[in-house]
Amino acid sequence: MSIWTYTIIIGILTFLSRYVVTAYANTKTYSQITKKVLSYVPSAVFPSLIFPAVFYNNTNFEIYTYEVLAFLFALIAAYFSKNILVTVTVGLLSYIAIVFII
Amino acid sequence: MYQSISTSMKRRQIFLQGIKDVLPLNIPVALFGMFYSVLCIELGFSAYFAMGTSLIIFAGGSQLIFITLLTAGAVPWVIFGSVIMNNTRNFLYGAVFSKYIEKKSRIWKIVLSFFLTDQCFAVSNNYLKKNYKSKFAHYHMLGSGMTVWAIWQLSNLVGIWLGDIVSDQLSLNFFVAITFLALIAKDLGKLYHFLLFYYQQHARSFFITYHLKLT
Repeated sequence: MSIWTYTIIIGILTFLSRYVVTAYANTKTYSQITKKVLSYVPSAVFPSLIFPAVFYNNTNFEIYTYEVLAFLFALIAAYFSKNILVTVTVGLLSYIAIVFII
Repeated sequence: MYQSISTSMKRRQIFLQGIKDVLPLNIPVALFGMFYSVLCIELGFSAYFAMGTSLIIFAGGSQLIFITLLTAGAVPWVIFGSVIMNNTRNFLYGAVFSKYIEKKSRIWKIVLSFFLTDQCFAVSNNYLKKNYKSKFAHYHMLGSGMTVWAIWQLSNLVGIWLGDIVSDQLSLNFFVAITFLALIAKDLGKLYHFLLFYYQQHARSFFITYHLKLT
């Protein structure tokens, strides 16, 4: 199988994962519990993107890393500012500073 | 005629709001995009392939899994399975978004689904929740989605053009992780929301472990 065949298949799989439920879910049949559960999607999915990147080095759980230290700075910035730009800036700058200074 | 001008302005205004809202989330996206191109070329793929995957797949995480597993010599079903597992969160995004765009045409659903990324979901979900009665609220999603798409493609080009400008010492995933921290700051106390993390982590580990056993 050529790499372009792989690319097209993965492109289709990715698009279908975005399209199928978006286009065909019948929201009228959603129960109150389903609606309640769906309201938690952002706060359930985003930690699943954040935590492996911060605390996992491949499959090992690690606490004493540059990422965790920079994450703490960003966490403090997020908690106090509640501002995306401030959090992103503090997180990235502190991470880059820690990696290149320490 | 006045109504038509007013409608057009309203669409434009919501579209621009989508661009404005998603811009801060694109700082890490741009770094990720540059890093992706650099990694592609370092792994021996062509610049056309780096750009082609971004244009066709348009999903940073899936693209990264794809090139890493392909280079490691993984069998096709492991590559496709890993990509599907990585994309499962899109089903949840779709379930949330479907209620906002269920009355739109098929073309709109196809276009908006193509642009449904983490960043687009993060900002447009907030907007649509507050403005779901607005007839043109989906233009916000179009604005945010197209912005992420454009920045992703541009940063890929910059990565190819400038070469290794992002240090290997920096973690690629951390750039993206930091993006979402501010978005969940208000929910930091709700620990039970973290359950999905375990599910996704175990599913991903299963595919990686199974692949390693095969090779």
